Amino acid sequence: MLSYFLRRLILVLPVAFGVSVVCFALVQIAPGDPLTAIMPVDATAEQQAAMRAAYGLDKPVPVQYLIWIGNLLQGEMGRSIASGRPVADEVFGAVGNSLLLAAAAAVIAFPIGTFLGFLAGYYRDTLLDRAVTALSITGVSVPNYWLGIVLVIIFSVNLGWLPSMGAGPGGSQDWHWDWAHMRHLVLPAVTLAVVPIGIVARTVRALAGDILSMDFVTALYAKGLSRGDVLRHVARNAAATALSVMGLQLGYLLGGSILIETVFNWPGSGFLLSNAIFQRDLPLLQGTILVLAMFFVGMNLIVDVAQAAIDPRVKRS
Amino acid sequence: MVQVTTDIPVVPPAQRGYWSGVLSRLKRDPVAMICAVILAALVLSAVFAPWLGLADPYQGSMIARLAAPGTPGHLLGTDEQGRDMLSRLIYGGRLTLFIGLMPVVLAFFIGGTLGIIAGYVGGITNTIIMRVVDVFFAFPSVLLAIAISGALGAGVLNSLVSLTIVFIPPVTRVAEAVTSGVRSLDYIDAARASGANALTVIRVHVIGNVLSPIFVYATSLTSVCMILAAGLSFLGIGVRPPEPEWGLMLNTLRSAIYVNPWLAALPGVMIFATSLCLNLLSDGLRSAMNVRD
Repeated sequence: MLSYFLRRLILVLPVAFGVSVVCFALVQIAPGDPLTAIMPVDATAEQQAAMRAAYGLDKPVPVQYLIWIGNLLQGEMGRSIASGRPVADEVFGAVGNSLLLAAAAAVIAFPIGTFLGFLAGYYRDTLLDRAVTALSITGVSVPNYWLGIVLVIIFSVNLGWLPSMGAGPGGSQDWHWDWAHMRHLVLPAVTLAVVPIGIVARTVRALAGDILSMDFVTALYAKGLSRGDVLRHVARNAAATALSVMGLQLGYLLGGSILIETVFNWPGSGFLLSNAIFQRDLPLLQGTILVLAMFFVGMNLIVDVAQAAIDPRVKRS
Repeated sequence: MVQVTTDIPVVPPAQRGYWSGVLSRLKRDPVAMICAVILAALVLSAVFAPWLGLADPYQGSMIARLAAPGTPGHLLGTDEQGRDMLSRLIYGGRLTLFIGLMPVVLAFFIGGTLGIIAGYVGGITNTIIMRVVDVFFAFPSVLLAIAISGALGAGVLNSLVSLTIVFIPPVTRVAEAVTSGVRSLDYIDAARASGANALTVIRVHVIGNVLSPIFVYATSLTSVCMILAAGLSFLGIGVRPPEPEWGLMLNTLRSAIYVNPWLAALPGVMIFATSLCLNLLSDGLRSAMNVRD
């Protein structure tokens, strides 16, 4: 198991390197001079050159990359151009809020998706199956930023049951586990859960259907096992694949919450990212993307290793 | 392909071409056909919008702002600047459908070519192409699209570029997988042994066998691409105002949800309907082509 983990870890390193190159390249493809955002219009040529040297922008691009990656490995991600605060401080605070939202959506989506998918797979080609399939295709087709607006219209504007903005009363940024804060989580989490419900339901349906039609299931029934016992075997066979799909979905939830965070003014990484974009705050943009992408890479690694731990067949392939 | 002329009695053809078989199976799928008709109507009305006698989509009116749907002269009401909603929704299809579909078309050609090369040539070429693809797979698609669009700035061309970059890696991966599968079959070895060069083998023996799975896979990406394209404009890093575009309209009408909520939701209905139809049509195509996941 440990050797499998180490082998996977070695495979991750080139990907992580590539991700860092892409994040570095983001600033390079951005049009315009990154200094124009922070320098006064009447800055002299000497002042501009001094600033350029201070940010290391006077060196060749590969050297800039090495300096950047060197700092990064020491936990130094530069400073936000707009606020002057360290990028790391801004990003990690926001990522915490995004993780909370993604986890809440996962808690809603995974059990519902699994349950619906299993029902559809078990009662294949019945009305129930078709209803679940229709529901899951609707779930993956809906633009969730629009769904968020529709839910706000229903539950905030018309019914007045739930707040439509922020993460706490009066725009508070600090999270507490009380109802005053948790009611802010309901609408964004439900909105974010819709797409993974569809995807998980679809995956579990296919899995359950395939496994139920295998010979060993017939053998188990022939052996005289009760339906519940047979389903336990089926669940064990489906677990590895289902869990890996859910693990990846958790990663997608974190990366995909950007639009939803904008709709609900949720103070997470997506909100930070859109501010960074509009203020042309490239170090902040770069840092946020890097942290989110690295999180996704880590999630992939965890999923692979967990899958191998649950299902020994994975290790052999 | 079978040509049936009118003067001979129509006999069911014994051997039909692959694509005509797919088409006839697709025609018997009512859901897919309804979606195809809706999509065709959306595309045609967008293309021919200037000749439909609609109100000017850019002409606002200070006194007729946020009129409710059903207002005389404005079937679907007016937006926050008093511009006719029906006209803007139909005109909006032009940019939304273009930016929503074009990246997949481009990714189909670029990613398909890269994947076929990687799968057929193998070796170091395969390693280089596929390792680069792996790196882009490390980004969730929404994040990558927003990152590139955010860095490049708003604009139609920038949206096209960023979405195309997002969809090339998945198409490449699928194309590589099916091509390596076909590459290992005996008849390819036979063709190579007979002296055909790589380009001829790919053109004659490979393309025909890998194109339909790659094509079906690409159609399954169109719905996500539509949602992402409109999402970029919704964030303000896609199409620039005052152009009519569904995502951008959804964004600018957000401030109106307390005044005229269902009017504000209308552009999203268009995005939803289009993406649903694209998904259902793609599913229909998949079963008509007998592609297994």
